[in-house]
Amino acid sequence: MIPRSFEYYSPRTLDEAVALLQKLGPEAKLLSGGQSLIPMMKLRLVSPEYIVDINRIPGLDYISESDGHLRIGALAREHQLESSEVVKTKFPLLADTAKVIADPLVRSQATVCGNLAHGDPANDHPATMLALGAKVIATGPQGQREIAIEDFFPGLFTTALEAEEILTEIKIPFPPPRSGGSYLKLERKVGDFATAGVAVQITLEDAETCTRAGIGLTNVGMTPIKAKQAEAFLTGKKLDEATIQQAAELAASESQPMDDIRGSADYKRDLVRVLTARALKHALDRAKGGA
Amino acid sequence: MAKVPINVKVNGVEHNVDIEPRLLLVHFLRENLRLTGTHIGCDTSHCGACTVVMDGRAIKSCTAFAVQADGRSIMTVEGLEQDGKLHPLQDGFFQEHGLQCGYCTPGMLMTGYVFLGTNNNPTEDEIRHAISGNLCRCTGYVNIVKAYQYAAQKMREGGAEDGAKNIA
Ligand SMILES: Cc1cc2nc3c(=O)[nH]c(=O)nc-3n(C[C@H](O)[C@H](O)[C@H](O)COP(=O)(O)OP(=O)(O)OC[C@H]3O[C@@H](n4cnc5c(N)ncnc54)[C@H](O)[C@@H]3O)c2cc1C
Repeated sequence: MIPRSFEYYSPRTLDEAVALLQKLGPEAKLLSGGQSLIPMMKLRLVSPEYIVDINRIPGLDYISESDGHLRIGALAREHQLESSEVVKTKFPLLADTAKVIADPLVRSQATVCGNLAHGDPANDHPATMLALGAKVIATGPQGQREIAIEDFFPGLFTTALEAEEILTEIKIPFPPPRSGGSYLKLERKVGDFATAGVAVQITLEDAETCTRAGIGLTNVGMTPIKAKQAEAFLTGKKLDEATIQQAAELAASESQPMDDIRGSADYKRDLVRVLTARALKHALDRAKGGA
Repeated sequence: MAKVPINVKVNGVEHNVDIEPRLLLVHFLRENLRLTGTHIGCDTSHCGACTVVMDGRAIKSCTAFAVQADGRSIMTVEGLEQDGKLHPLQDGFFQEHGLQCGYCTPGMLMTGYVFLGTNNNPTEDEIRHAISGNLCRCTGYVNIVKAYQYAAQKMREGGAEDGAKNIA
């Protein structure tokens, strides 16, 4: 399969890349890992006139810590999450997610920022970032602005980014002590998108009482879904079995799945219930110091 | 569409070629350079038959443009054998019968080249995780896992002085 022709640009600085996007207009597409864009170009689902490849801009491939935040640069690849010590120890939810995205070969190219910028409700990181309360930094002609992740996915395959903006960083607050997270995804085989996926991140006040709960749902709606009712229900409660089951039912009722080859809407809604309960229990174990 | 010049090192040899930006890396390797060891399997980014190493990372060459390789180093299956001596992985696939039809083998070898270069004492689980993007429809993977284990042991014993030597 051969994509339509395009003109190729390879800027060496962010400023240059933004200026190119501004000059070339909406017919230009940014290329980072290319693991969504290139397959779509080969199928001719998209045929941009101009490609702006940001891979040669130095200094964007970082996963670092500063000011109480984990920072993930535009060119940090999925496989870097799998091997990062700080991610493994402080953000097990992110490490869980990276392991089940696509396959190792795709992960050695695909970027974490691209996973959000693509705006696909089937992608796994949007749910994770919703659960973690991340912010994204967009860099454009007017400089940088910060967007809360819950405002980032207004509709199917659309994001809050303007055409001339680049998602340059994901910023995630370090979880307080006694926090834990978990990502559970049902996939038919390695490399498949989720039949459904649930990301959970909780913080405990004492042994059992929950002070913050973040829950994100993958591939059960037109956009990634933040299960706000389930989150609010859990806040201030002791996480016993009955509470967990009730929260899981709320999360299921907040999902909006559709029938497709991966399953019926009813099946997927029930899957959200089951995965939410399991992920909450796993997150609870981790918040108490388990693996 | 206008062609653009690229400079790519493939298996240590520099190439200066003019190409169309839409040319996929796998087509560049197979058709421009006639390095047909890299296979095209599914052509939809799923099977891993086209795996090559670019600047030390194992990637699907059907899901990269050749122009992205400008200024970079590529290694293909043709680059594994050194001075007439098989790489321990190639030896492992031979000794352990790690292939039947052989179609997935170049990709399996290149994935293994990077993987064993960073972990030469892997568990079976780690091997299975590492090859989960490379599909094989013949072997059931059992002998591929054994081939990796054979190679890992050879590399630990230092039988091959290379390990990650050729990773650019
Ligand atoms: C076989 C296969 C299986 C997959 N399975 C999964 C899976 O299970 N789960 C999952 O989540 N994903 C999956 N993916 C998708 C893959 O993870 C995504 O391709 C990747 O996350 C997108 O990142 P990228 O860097 O490759 O983006 P690209 O493909 O380069 O870009 C995707 C889109 O985002 C835009 N974009 C990219 N980066 C930026 C940026 N920094 N700023 C602004 N816009 C940007 C591009 O213009 C383009 O429109 C799979 C892909 C393949 C090929």
